[in-house]
Amino acid sequence: MLQRISTYLYLRPRLILLLLLLPPLIWFLVVYIGALISMLINSFFSLDSFTGQVVRQFTLQTYAKLLIPTNIQIFLRTTLMALTVTVACIIIAFPLAYYMARYASPRMKTVLYLAVTLPLWSSYVVRVYSWKLILAQEGIISWFAQLLHLDGLLNWYLSSKLLGGPSLSVSVTGIFLVFVYIWLPYMILPIQTALERVPKSLIEASNDLGATPAQTFRNVVLPLAFPGVVAGSIFTFSLTLGDFIVPSLFGNSSFFIGKAVLTYQGTSGNIPLAAAFTMGPIVIMIVYLLIARRLGAFDAL
Amino acid sequence: MGEPAVLFKNVSRHFGDVKAVDEVTLEIQHGEFFSMLGPSGSGKTTCLRMIAGFDRPTSGQIFLYGQDVSNLPPYERSVNTVFQDYALFPHMTVEDNIGYGLMIKGAPKTERMKQVDEMLELVRLPGFGYRKPSQLSGGQRQRVALGRALINHPKVLLLDEPLGALDLKLRQQMQVELKAIQKRVGITFIFVTHDQEEALTMSDRIAVFNEGKIEQVGTPAEIYEHPASTFVAGFVGTSNLVSGEVAERVTGSDARFSIRPEKIHLATVDDKVDDDMFYADGKVRDVIYLGLYTRYLVELDGGGDLVVVEQNLRTTSMDVMKVKDQRVRLLWKKEHVRYVGG
Repeated sequence: MLQRISTYLYLRPRLILLLLLLPPLIWFLVVYIGALISMLINSFFSLDSFTGQVVRQFTLQTYAKLLIPTNIQIFLRTTLMALTVTVACIIIAFPLAYYMARYASPRMKTVLYLAVTLPLWSSYVVRVYSWKLILAQEGIISWFAQLLHLDGLLNWYLSSKLLGGPSLSVSVTGIFLVFVYIWLPYMILPIQTALERVPKSLIEASNDLGATPAQTFRNVVLPLAFPGVVAGSIFTFSLTLGDFIVPSLFGNSSFFIGKAVLTYQGTSGNIPLAAAFTMGPIVIMIVYLLIARRLGAFDAL
Repeated sequence: MGEPAVLFKNVSRHFGDVKAVDEVTLEIQHGEFFSMLGPSGSGKTTCLRMIAGFDRPTSGQIFLYGQDVSNLPPYERSVNTVFQDYALFPHMTVEDNIGYGLMIKGAPKTERMKQVDEMLELVRLPGFGYRKPSQLSGGQRQRVALGRALINHPKVLLLDEPLGALDLKLRQQMQVELKAIQKRVGITFIFVTHDQEEALTMSDRIAVFNEGKIEQVGTPAEIYEHPASTFVAGFVGTSNLVSGEVAERVTGSDARFSIRPEKIHLATVDDKVDDDMFYADGKVRDVIYLGLYTRYLVELDGGGDLVVVEQNLRTTSMDVMKVKDQRVRLLWKKEHVRYVGG
């Protein structure tokens, strides 16, 4: 009986594929796409400010509310933060990933893999809170700065209007540092994977053809690692765009997208506006991916 | 004779305790097609990598046209390499791959394109400039790799088993083509291979490597006809090595000698033996028909085996397959025997 089923399926490879794909497909359609569509629909509804009820009628009113200067500023601020965090992650991740892919012994590689992914084992919230201790006014950084007699420098930095604040933990810099810390593993691993796929002979060939290490890096290593960099940056960029915990715990009262969504939906129950807000990062991500494609990030896929 | 193209002076390369290259001294002349032949792990590729600059000698010196290059990085040597896996840049077109060296040197684009076109012509790939390496066959990639190296007019071109991945027909075709290109451009080619036939076909001279040392350097004919050691006799072509008691019975002395299978003539036991001949009688244990020729394994009467190869030109004396288990006499000229020490 079992054999007959096997034979039946073996002769119909499309059917077996369909059977295998059905569960993930249903999950994907209902949970992912369905949720997205429902959100999109909600963003075209509005909130009756008098009763606090959602009015289920098509309107662009919510989007009009979304695009007021304060909110535009939130989008810009969040995008800028996501970009800086991404760039910082690339700068920190690349050398480590390069070392892991090119030089590390198999043993060392395992150790580094563990070290990179180890933080992901513990709760995100716990790790974020621990940064409170590091960045607080009497925290580790200011203690260390005092020890090195650099507290003057720290205070001077904190007095900066744009980046500073009463202490690091309530400054934009604090948010930035925590974001970089939290998302770094998501950048290291894709870059490392991409670099791993660059055979050593390509680098030798480039040197052989007269290219110095710097020229080789620019013409061979970087273009081939680029898909990995983009993959990593999709993580760091989108995760920063949507995160609400870090901006709630750190920084001053200035809003980021995630925090705004939380406030509108959770606090004021304005689901249409929260939904419209969420469309922001989606649009930004689409633009981001289009630019990445333009730069040839997906050519090698 | 002018300055040698490449000169090794007591070059060694150790990896930990392993002596990959052990005190090698070697001269390669300008314009030569020179092959480094040996089994894997014999040190031939390490020698090539040291000429290219990917590896540095542990001791000794390497000269390139009189200049000591032992400690120069690869990008400061006018030597180019055709890699075993071709190492074409996957993100670049064929055109950009071939023009890479010129691009690095900062040659203007028009000049670059002109030379790339010439090179595509030379390696017989005109019109392939816009393709990506992934859209090419193995043989075509091979040609791109060759063009990419030759466009820089290196003083020496290094080829690291470049034909290994190709099928037999294509390999034979590329052998002829490589030789023709080398004649045309007049550059010294250094060719690393483990395939003795390939080395014999293409080379002006061959160095036979074994365990980090050079066993013999010579022309293909010298290497084949006068192997300097047991190893060379066994590695280049097939050889019958005869020693001890068996040797004594044949030649009257127990000195070890080698005899090529194709030099031995298969005859009937009552055949006359001339004065300039050695002979041995035995029984044919195995017959392997190989189309062009037939290989016989003959068990000698007093012990020991000899391999005999005869071309299938004449099937006069005996039908090849019927020879099995027959008693035969093996005859060969005394001059074809090589006494090899060791």
